[in-house]
Amino acid sequence: MTTLTRRLDEGRGTLLLVGAAFVLVVVSVVMALQHPLHQAGIALSFGAFIAVGEAVRLTLTGDREAAPLGAAGALAYALIGRFGSEPTTHTVYDVVAVTAAASLVGAVPHIMAGRSPRLDVLARRILSVGVAAALFRPFYDSGVGVLGQLEMDHKNGWLASVMVAIAVVAGVFDAVIAALVRADRDRAPFLSSLHSEFRALIGLGSAIAATGVLIALAAQVMRLWAIPVFVIPLMLTQFSFRRYAGIRNTYAQTIRSLSRVTEVGGYTETGHSRRVSELALGVGRELGLSDQDLVDLEYAALMHDLGQLSLAEPIPGGATVMAMPDEQRRIAEMGAEVIRQTGVLDRVAVIVGRQAEPYRRPHETVDETIPLASRIIKAANAYDDMVGDSRESARRLEALERLRLSMAYDYDPRVVTSLAHVVERSNRLGL
Amino acid sequence: MKNLPLAARAYVGAVVTAACVVLVLALRHPFNIGWVIVLTLMYAGLESRMPMVSGSNVYLGMGFPVGLASYIIVGPWGAAFVGAGAVLVLTHYTVVKRVFNGAQFALCAFAAGQAYVAFGGSVGHLAASDFPRVLLPVLVADLVHCAVNALLLMGVVSLAEKVSPKQVLVGSLLKSVPGYLGYGIFGLLMAVLWVGVDIGVLAGLLVLMPLAVARWAFSQYAAEQQAYESTIHTLVQAVETKDHYTRGHSERVSRASVMVARFIGMREDRLNALRYAGILHDVGKLGVPTKLLQKTDKLSEEEFAAIKLHPVRGLEMLSDIEFLDEAFKGILHHHERLDGRGYPMGLAGMQIPEFARVIAVADAFDSMTSTRSYRHARSVEDAITELQRCKGSQFDPRMVDALIASLVKEPWVASGVDDEAERADLPESVSVNSVDHDDPTFSVAFRDDTQ
Repeated sequence: MTTLTRRLDEGRGTLLLVGAAFVLVVVSVVMALQHPLHQAGIALSFGAFIAVGEAVRLTLTGDREAAPLGAAGALAYALIGRFGSEPTTHTVYDVVAVTAAASLVGAVPHIMAGRSPRLDVLARRILSVGVAAALFRPFYDSGVGVLGQLEMDHKNGWLASVMVAIAVVAGVFDAVIAALVRADRDRAPFLSSLHSEFRALIGLGSAIAATGVLIALAAQVMRLWAIPVFVIPLMLTQFSFRRYAGIRNTYAQTIRSLSRVTEVGGYTETGHSRRVSELALGVGRELGLSDQDLVDLEYAALMHDLGQLSLAEPIPGGATVMAMPDEQRRIAEMGAEVIRQTGVLDRVAVIVGRQAEPYRRPHETVDETIPLASRIIKAANAYDDMVGDSRESARRLEALERLRLSMAYDYDPRVVTSLAHVVERSNRLGL
Repeated sequence: MKNLPLAARAYVGAVVTAACVVLVLALRHPFNIGWVIVLTLMYAGLESRMPMVSGSNVYLGMGFPVGLASYIIVGPWGAAFVGAGAVLVLTHYTVVKRVFNGAQFALCAFAAGQAYVAFGGSVGHLAASDFPRVLLPVLVADLVHCAVNALLLMGVVSLAEKVSPKQVLVGSLLKSVPGYLGYGIFGLLMAVLWVGVDIGVLAGLLVLMPLAVARWAFSQYAAEQQAYESTIHTLVQAVETKDHYTRGHSERVSRASVMVARFIGMREDRLNALRYAGILHDVGKLGVPTKLLQKTDKLSEEEFAAIKLHPVRGLEMLSDIEFLDEAFKGILHHHERLDGRGYPMGLAGMQIPEFARVIAVADAFDSMTSTRSYRHARSVEDAITELQRCKGSQFDPRMVDALIASLVKEPWVASGVDDEAERADLPESVSVNSVDHDDPTFSVAFRDDTQ
């Protein structure tokens, strides 16, 4: 799955994003070099903080990369007003240049460990920090702008509120960019991607925003002490998210492993459940399923043949597409029953339980009660039963044609169309 | 209250009286009443609505930082009131417990506040020039809060439950010091912004935001962890449906393994891995054709070889699950014997990984005390005798002794208690498995056959 996503990663959207960030960074560096950087100590300290934050980045659920500490540090550097008693003087360009340079330095340990940095994530962070800085620095203007005046008049409550508002705007901007990239990469509808990104980023994003604002404000009193001290809460947050992502990952790995029982037991062909789940995920993304729905879809696809375990004799080749419809439904039901017993995978059980039903029956309208995920699995399963791990294009086209011929009742036309795209794309990439 | 011993009742009374005295005296000292009310409500509200979540040695409460910020913001006398706010916290505790809690937190906060002031901390005001000097009084105050809290609790627990006071004190101090230091930092941060940058209540919201998010993520983690557990259990049961008689076997092996490991003092994280290893130790059986597992006659050499592959098959299946790591060794080697005649590798003695030596004993024990299609369950005593007999040749004596010793403390509920009823349910056609690969008696028979 990862290889597939990574390969598809280099969409035009990503290129555009990285290009825009690159231009911004170049312009900023040139502008920043025009004048000597006052308060180099502050720039260096925040730069170091951002670099460390980048070095300890983490991967969230849904293959999202995040560097909460780095992002909070960059945001704080963008929003900082008075440092002790002296107003800061750095400009938007300084903020972007420092963030970019520090992020690159922070990426070095990862590159040395053989993990290439995700350029789209880096570009996004630089652009959102740019937005925050552009909304704050000109109006602070070394302490003489509107916002500088608020600070002078000891109206820190107001200043804090403005900072929070700016952080929110930057956060929304970040989510929109992330959604654009994701929609482009997965060929998914934009709105559903946006929804997913908001859900995924809102928790950690709020913590990052709060920490950035806190450090910027606290620097008035604590100066550089603000950084190490206010980082601790965020580290706790990062720790919790890491734990959560860890267990989600373990969960997925375990389901992937245990779903192989049907293969090891000789009921299905090797790699069948994995291939079906990859196909299904590709289709699910293109049809705009939410993150949670995608997880359910993946689990259901992996375990869709679990019911076969209760068969006395394996079906030849494990291909349920060859079994009688009633038999298929019985297998699906038995699999669903096992999954339901976990008590926590009810949605997955429903998907598995209804995977064998036609989406429409003669003289009836489309059966809307059948989950989209079930229809996806039905088509992906049938396709893989016919093609297996063969790479012959004739077999592939033949299988797709047979699916198309059954679009009247068995297979949802939307699903089959999307399946054809996914198959075609992974074939083009030589997977 | 009625079921408390007299001494404990007197003790609770004394603590509550002391707290009342402090609160009355506090009325004669100046402090910012508005802030005390806000802090008290924040504290009680957060403790009621977002109680502590805990899991794998991490505890995240939301109200505590507010309590620890209060003596910097409103001083010792005001902090006593905020601490007393613990009475308002909505919990399932009895009235006595709530009142005691309020009283003891009032005293803790008061003592901590006095320590803060004594070490030179300033109340209601923090400026750039106070850093980093203020860190010392804050640290001392937090430790005092922690110590007074531990002492007061020690009194009530040792009087009510008749445990040695020292044990209670050391236990609670060890557990709470890191937590206090962490919360102390949150408290300081809140105070810095509250009175230093002077943004008031907004400080509370901003500081608690990352903490609330952390708590949310952590509870998600805890829920997911639980979901994971039940999923793994169910799926393993599904695997066990292949053989009616092994139902629940994996779970019991896991339980017995954990008993042994606890007894020999295994570290908590390894214990956890062992628990999973126990549950998953037989998944490789799926790779063994059903007809072999249920075969009535004596197995041929090739057939036995196929059965002997199941630990390897299990490992193949699970090898992608990163966190299992050490558990793999337990799964792969759970049929090794101390004398080197086991399978799949024929490791001997201490070459066999610790996990595998634990699981081997647990596995054999459960298999003997469960009903199998060809025999009734044996009694726990019989099984122990059998384990004793095979100690040293098949099993690690240390693990056998540990299991036997922990069986004394924790009685074993064997699966085959109602075997008569189960047996009646069974269709006649269920094939008879004459060779149980887990049963040490049969293991010996194998050895005789193959030699």
